[in-house]
Amino acid sequence: MIAVELRKMFRRPRTWATIAVLNALPVLVAVLLVVTDLAPRPGEGPPFLSAVLSNGALYPLAALAIVLPLFLPIAVAVIAGDSVAGEAQAGTLRYLLARPAGRTRLLVAKLIAVLAFVLVTVLVVAGVGYVVGATLFEAQPAVGTSVSGTSLTAQELGVRTLLAIGYVAVSMLGVAAFALFFSTLTDSPLGATMGALAVLVTSSLLFTLDAASPIAPYLPTRYWLAFVDFFRDPILWRDITRGLALQGVYVGVLLAAAWANFTTKDVTS
Amino acid sequence: MTAVITTRGLVKRFGRLRAVDGIDLDVRTGDIYGFLGANGSGKTTTVRMLLGLVLPTSGEIELLGGRMPRAGRRVLPRVGALIEGPAHYGHLSGRENLALLDAAGPGGSWRTRRRRIDEVLEQVGLAGVGRRPVKAYSLGMRQRLGLAGALLRRPELLVLDEPTNGLDPQGITEVRELLLDLHRGGTTVFLSSHLLAEVEQLCSRVGVLDRGRLVLQDELATLTAPTGATVVHTPTPDRVRATLDGRVTAVDGQRVVVLGADPAEVNARLVSAGIAVNGLALERPTLEEVVLAATGTSTDRVDARP
Repeated sequence: MIAVELRKMFRRPRTWATIAVLNALPVLVAVLLVVTDLAPRPGEGPPFLSAVLSNGALYPLAALAIVLPLFLPIAVAVIAGDSVAGEAQAGTLRYLLARPAGRTRLLVAKLIAVLAFVLVTVLVVAGVGYVVGATLFEAQPAVGTSVSGTSLTAQELGVRTLLAIGYVAVSMLGVAAFALFFSTLTDSPLGATMGALAVLVTSSLLFTLDAASPIAPYLPTRYWLAFVDFFRDPILWRDITRGLALQGVYVGVLLAAAWANFTTKDVTS
Repeated sequence: MTAVITTRGLVKRFGRLRAVDGIDLDVRTGDIYGFLGANGSGKTTTVRMLLGLVLPTSGEIELLGGRMPRAGRRVLPRVGALIEGPAHYGHLSGRENLALLDAAGPGGSWRTRRRRIDEVLEQVGLAGVGRRPVKAYSLGMRQRLGLAGALLRRPELLVLDEPTNGLDPQGITEVRELLLDLHRGGTTVFLSSHLLAEVEQLCSRVGVLDRGRLVLQDELATLTAPTGATVVHTPTPDRVRATLDGRVTAVDGQRVVVLGADPAEVNARLVSAGIAVNGLALERPTLEEVVLAATGTSTDRVDARP
């Protein structure tokens, strides 16, 4: 069943088109930086971008930071929102369930397929970022500079980059959980995607509002950018662990709700 | 004969609407069961409940000896279904669609998958379709592919909702032959339809649904059994009335209905009286008459409440 879902997703041209579009923005930014040689000053613009002109090895992180606030969540919400509602809209859901695929098994397979998409997407963005960084900028793979100003060995930089990729993937899993839950509520994939994006927009908006500060620690997007903390010296774990715990709670609750809804629902599509 | 589908007091309520209102289906091994009903009478909801897609409000469903929806994982692999039109992944080929569907559940070994797909594509007349994506198929081809999906695991029971929808006359005949062929091979067929002619030509047993209630369930032969009257076609209906005094129950143009279940006797009396007889037959009700007598007005119709 899981193999079936993976095959369905990665044989779909749309999946690869989404990933390609997602990579277009960091590549465009890199080209502009090289051509103009105008990096944002430290502390402005997306994290790491100010440093890439001097060290291209940081470009994978800069690429992730560029797509993280908007493009990556949109892509994840589209794929996860489509997972159940898309089958319902196409009418294939009834044939899968009458086959019988099993409702719980189908939901788990969908979740794993979305998870695979998140991982593949994040890895491709990081990979393309690496290639771009290595070809367009002066890469200094031997040493890196931490955000705190100390230098990191290439090995440290590699490990921390992998940790950061993992953290971003977990953050996106939260988005996927919202979209998957909405996807079991409606027969319209667009509705499910929009629902998840509405949650994220609301969360980002409240985060900037002082009056919302009491609930700020519980907003799903609150700790997204904490992956930068992997590159402080020493690693600043406080926000990272909070972010992981928060996403864990959201994912757990939403998946439980999705399961409860999907296994007891009348499939009339 | 063993039961294939049995429901007892099956009810489905959507809010205040009782879509299915206490039906007791009884489909036995070897039946071609025609499940008739107007649009909106609850046919599709019933079919979906049989397959575990819609969960009943109350009542029991037994499918191939297992209680649905709990036993779905055990019995549904032995059921082939076509539910409210076919549905496929448009960007994939028909063959790929069948392979994915087969791999999505238990009971279909991947070792035999390729051969089984070849066989069913041959059976439904799509053997030469190649690698074309399904979105380039015509409606009739999609219907055939849906039927192929239902046949993929040689099911003991076929549940078909409007299987000839979208097919041209040749296609309808082909599907009918295919169903009769499968039936001869031992497959039980549950055919949901609003096409009376289709059911009359194919089915051995009939159930009629009207506004969520099963108003009729019997052998087709019993429902359309002779009424005990003979139909005479004659150019001189008045003389028939005069000769067979009191036995004529209805005259409609040249068609005269005469009491008496023996056409030979009626013929002998008419001929001996010198009356020309163009045609002679036992009177049988058509399925349409039986169904209309058992059901009320169309369920599409929404009259104002007084």
